[in-house]
Amino acid sequence: MTGDRPLIDWAWIADHLDDIVLRTVQHLWLATVAVVAGFIIAMALALLVRRSRVTYGPITAVAGILYTIPALALFAVLVPITGLSLLTAEIPLTIYTLLILIRSNVAGLDSVPADVLEAAQGMGLSGSQQLRRVELPLAVPLIVAGIRLAAVSTIGLVMILSLIGDEFGGLGLFIKEGIQTFFATKIYVGAVLSVTLAFAVDFLFVRLQRSLTPWIDARRVGA
Amino acid sequence: MTVTATPAGQPATGEPPTDDGSARGGATVEFRHVTKRYDPGQKGPGAVNDLSLTVPAGKICVLVGPSGCGKTTSLKMVNRLIEPTSGEILIDGRNILKEDPVELRRRIGYVIQQIGLFPHQTIGQNVAVVPALLGWDASRRRKRVDELLATVGLEPDRYRDRYPSQLSGGERQRVGVARALAADPPVMLMDEPFGAVDPIVRDRLQNEFLRLQGDLAKTILFVTHDIDEAIKIGDLVAVMRVGGVLAQFGTPEEILASPASDFVARFVGADRGLKRLALFRVRDLELTPAVTARVGDPASEARQRAAADPMPYLLLVDADRRPIGWIAETRIPRDGTLDESLASAMSPLLDRNTTLKDALSMMLDAAVQAGIVVDRAGRVEGIVTVDAITAWARENPGEADSIEAPPA
Ligand SMILES: Nc1ncnc2c1ncn2[C@@H]1O[C@H](COP(=O)(O)OP(=O)(O)O)[C@@H](O)[C@H]1O
Ligand SMILES: [Mg+2]
Repeated sequence: MTGDRPLIDWAWIADHLDDIVLRTVQHLWLATVAVVAGFIIAMALALLVRRSRVTYGPITAVAGILYTIPALALFAVLVPITGLSLLTAEIPLTIYTLLILIRSNVAGLDSVPADVLEAAQGMGLSGSQQLRRVELPLAVPLIVAGIRLAAVSTIGLVMILSLIGDEFGGLGLFIKEGIQTFFATKIYVGAVLSVTLAFAVDFLFVRLQRSLTPWIDARRVGA
Repeated sequence: MTVTATPAGQPATGEPPTDDGSARGGATVEFRHVTKRYDPGQKGPGAVNDLSLTVPAGKICVLVGPSGCGKTTSLKMVNRLIEPTSGEILIDGRNILKEDPVELRRRIGYVIQQIGLFPHQTIGQNVAVVPALLGWDASRRRKRVDELLATVGLEPDRYRDRYPSQLSGGERQRVGVARALAADPPVMLMDEPFGAVDPIVRDRLQNEFLRLQGDLAKTILFVTHDIDEAIKIGDLVAVMRVGGVLAQFGTPEEILASPASDFVARFVGADRGLKRLALFRVRDLELTPAVTARVGDPASEARQRAAADPMPYLLLVDADRRPIGWIAETRIPRDGTLDESLASAMSPLLDRNTTLKDALSMMLDAAVQAGIVVDRAGRVEGIVTVDAITAWARENPGEADSIEAPPA
């Protein structure tokens, strides 16, 4: 690619690096808030399921229904209540993470082998000690896999927040502005950076999971 | 319904014979009319039915019986992973149903067939689980871990920082035992601990376990469905039948000698006489001295000595008296010296703790039907022949051989 092509205006990019960085950081921030909030809710629900399995069906059913509501419809419902606020932006994003995160958290806790649990209980770990010292550490691979998925899809969803206002647009704002002003460079910047961000976050979580689960690599290396 | 089968002359509480009351590290475990029904509404027999028995401190009691007879249920009621429907269980006279289950479990070692090591923790951390719960500081834990790994035959420096997935099944099982011993509990519960390893490893683990128990004298409740294992391991054996009924409780000798019912007789098997050999060890026999010669000894002199002995073989040993192999008498040269190439056959190596049953089966497979008994350093102490074992069995008939029908 060369700077001569009108499709990408490198000079504009050079002039607007500040803006680009700012919106990238904002994009990441908007996604992070939603995933963190979603994770906390999903973990609380997963722990409820751990206590009482019968709740799993109803919980996933509700999360599944919420997941199918279109974002625009949710905005339409929320704007009259919460206005054009951060809350209006974050609630749908959070809601969309729930189904994935509840399932992955429950699957993580379910993946703990029965014999390990029996040994833990038999040695005199209390219920909360079993959870903190055995179940959660062993659930990490599936929990982190869920967060990866939720993070990547949320980074994609943040793109549409520019619909409810310039304040919460993140990288999506570049695309909106690019379309409005027929300025292709902005569209490319928004698209390329959001995809890059998604890949980077994905990669980061793969690394995180590896560093949290050294025993899994140990098995691969063998003895 | 009270069904408590007992060995002849024993009181109905199932009190077994004890030679000594006190023990180094154990506690008495007593079941009093313990019943467990998983389905409380159900009328028929439960999983465990009015079980009464006492395991004296420092003894191994094996619960044995067919699958589903309530062995695991009985065991898990002792650390309250399962709550009895009725009855009580006492450890050193204290009713455990009145204690906090979590506290109770920290004082009871627990070993299960699937082991249940924590995959995310190193071997060292796994062994230190209970000490950590009890609040031991890091240096005390570390010291204990190394001590225990060495005790179960795992070199601490090699194993301490590995993960369970990097160990073989037999090694993991040792770690499971080390972990259960970590806080020096007076009582150990073991549910088919050697059930998942192959027979050779199992045999070795059993022997090491018995050696360990010789030093530790824990009170151990040991579950197996294998009558041979029960006879080998148990100081006392509780034979159970489906419905959770105690069919007989007594020493292995008593159970082999006088099964209390047809069920026990069938469960023990028709080869009771052979099984009895598992209760005795090479040290119970008088060893036959072996005619040995060292590498480099003059052949003619060795030939003369071999000729003077009824055994048609000469045992060639190295400078430290460790066996190299047999030389058939006819193949000893007339002159020159003996060397290793003359040795044509070897026999199984036994030690004084090998059971007569194992010794016999090893010998029957060998080219020269004798076992070479060696000491800890591997030096020849003597030999055992098939004839010696059968002669011994004739001279020491157990009740099993003298009593035809089990007493009513
Ligand atoms: N958690 C449970 N719920 C209902 N029934 C059970 C449970 N555990 C065991 N049982 C039943 O109780 C009986 C005894 O089981 P168990 O103690 O595991 O026998 P064993 O260890 O001798 O094979 C069996 O009939 C088994 O099906
Ligand atoms: Mg069982």
